[in-house]
Amino acid sequence: MDWRRITAHPLARGFVHALRPLLARLRDLVPIVVVIGLFQTLVLRQPLPYDAGFVVGLALVVGGLTLFVVGLELALFPLGEQLAHAFAARGSLPWLVAFAFALGFGTTFAEPALIAITDKAAELAPKPQASGHAPTAPWTATDARAWPGALLVRTTVALAVGCALVLGVLRIVLGWSIAWLMVVGYALALVLTPLAPPALVALAYDSGGVTTSTITVPLTTALGVGLAASIRGRSPLVDGFGLIGLASLVPIVFVLVLGILWSCI
Amino acid sequence: MHLINILIQKLGPVLRDLAPIMGAILFFQRVVLRRELTHVPQLVLGLMAVLVGLWMLLLGLDMSLFPLGQELARQLVAAVGSSDRVAGWHELWKIGLLAFGLGFSATVAEPALLAVALKAEEISGGTIRATPLRIAVALGSGTGVLLGAVRIATGVPLMVFIVAGYGLVIVQTLRAPPQIVALAYDAGGVTTSTITVPLVAALGVGLAEQFGRPVLAAGFGMIALAVLFPMVTVMGYAQLARWWASRGRRTS
Repeated sequence: MDWRRITAHPLARGFVHALRPLLARLRDLVPIVVVIGLFQTLVLRQPLPYDAGFVVGLALVVGGLTLFVVGLELALFPLGEQLAHAFAARGSLPWLVAFAFALGFGTTFAEPALIAITDKAAELAPKPQASGHAPTAPWTATDARAWPGALLVRTTVALAVGCALVLGVLRIVLGWSIAWLMVVGYALALVLTPLAPPALVALAYDSGGVTTSTITVPLTTALGVGLAASIRGRSPLVDGFGLIGLASLVPIVFVLVLGILWSCI
Repeated sequence: MHLINILIQKLGPVLRDLAPIMGAILFFQRVVLRRELTHVPQLVLGLMAVLVGLWMLLLGLDMSLFPLGQELARQLVAAVGSSDRVAGWHELWKIGLLAFGLGFSATVAEPALLAVALKAEEISGGTIRATPLRIAVALGSGTGVLLGAVRIATGVPLMVFIVAGYGLVIVQTLRAPPQIVALAYDAGGVTTSTITVPLVAALGVGLAEQFGRPVLAAGFGMIALAVLFPMVTVMGYAQLARWWASRGRRTS
């Protein structure tokens, strides 16, 4: 039996890779479990109903997230990073912009935290056919018309991150100041907020934070750092940053605009 | 049979969720760059893992973190007292303590944050230190979740915190050392992991339900504040560090 051939096999390498992300996911979970556990024994002094379904669910979360990350590292990240570097070095601005948009849109559309939170919002949003039932919260007529649906919200957020990456890439290439982009963006968000339906405002601001986790950050960082490194006079440290900040700002503006448009029609 | 139905219902959307990124990568690799796909078995294996993993994760969230957050909210409100006497500030500390603990602990150990902090130390030439910076970010995200929870309990509109917070961010952006600005904005984004987001959202929704507020408008917004306040604390720390350094130079 050739031991070296077995360890070099993608399956075996995948298994070794799997242990590291599993530990990382457990490390994400441990602080939460410790805080909730301490809080329960010291402050609330009553047990949570940890039944079998809960334990299975938690195992599914950790296992699922691990598999997700392992799969990304095996399939998506090498290819995505290669492409990011290829387009950064190629010097064709239109293709670079097109790639940045597709990357932002695609990764955000598949972002698990965004899927989870828009599905949750859809569950809570008033449904037209359920108008006969007593709603779980006091809904008004304007709230009922304010919810555009989980898929549309997610598509809007994904479009927004696509546009954010385009802006970020143009900023790196043309040397715009990140501070001014952010100040103008947040000022725009603040102006739009009172105009948007209140039911959507909180979700709009949350969606900014949710877009940047498991898939989006590694590929976005690869694009930013690769691009800043390939342009003369740009520092990967200073100019490579800022893409994530933009990716958390633009969705706020886009979802607010979606809310305003949706309540108009 | 019911379980199998749920499995099939969840798998279809997951395929759709992954389609755009796979389509984009394949299009740019094959059509634009005209490169061959290498390591095809590895690619297929990885995609299967991504698909099954995403599906397991979404299934598991509905069974564990979502109900946990809502149950926590129920017990918290029961401990605080009836929702009629909402503004009992002396009892709100329980909600605040848990919210701060969740935000702080989930952030301080975040590996993405460590990487950012080390780079910041490098950029600033040592004026900014990695460990205090990480603590600053974690304090910011803890404060954000805390304010978000207290806001839901007391019914203060999110707008108040957003306007005050982003107003502060805008002023700080114009005043803070320029190298730290882009980093501070990114620090806000890296604090929210795939495990924290659903739990914090469920806690917010649960609190809003218990206090009888409109869930969609009142229950969300904690993550937004957890993203906002690290920007304030990171730029604040950079401003303090600069002031400290200039003061040290003057006295010595």
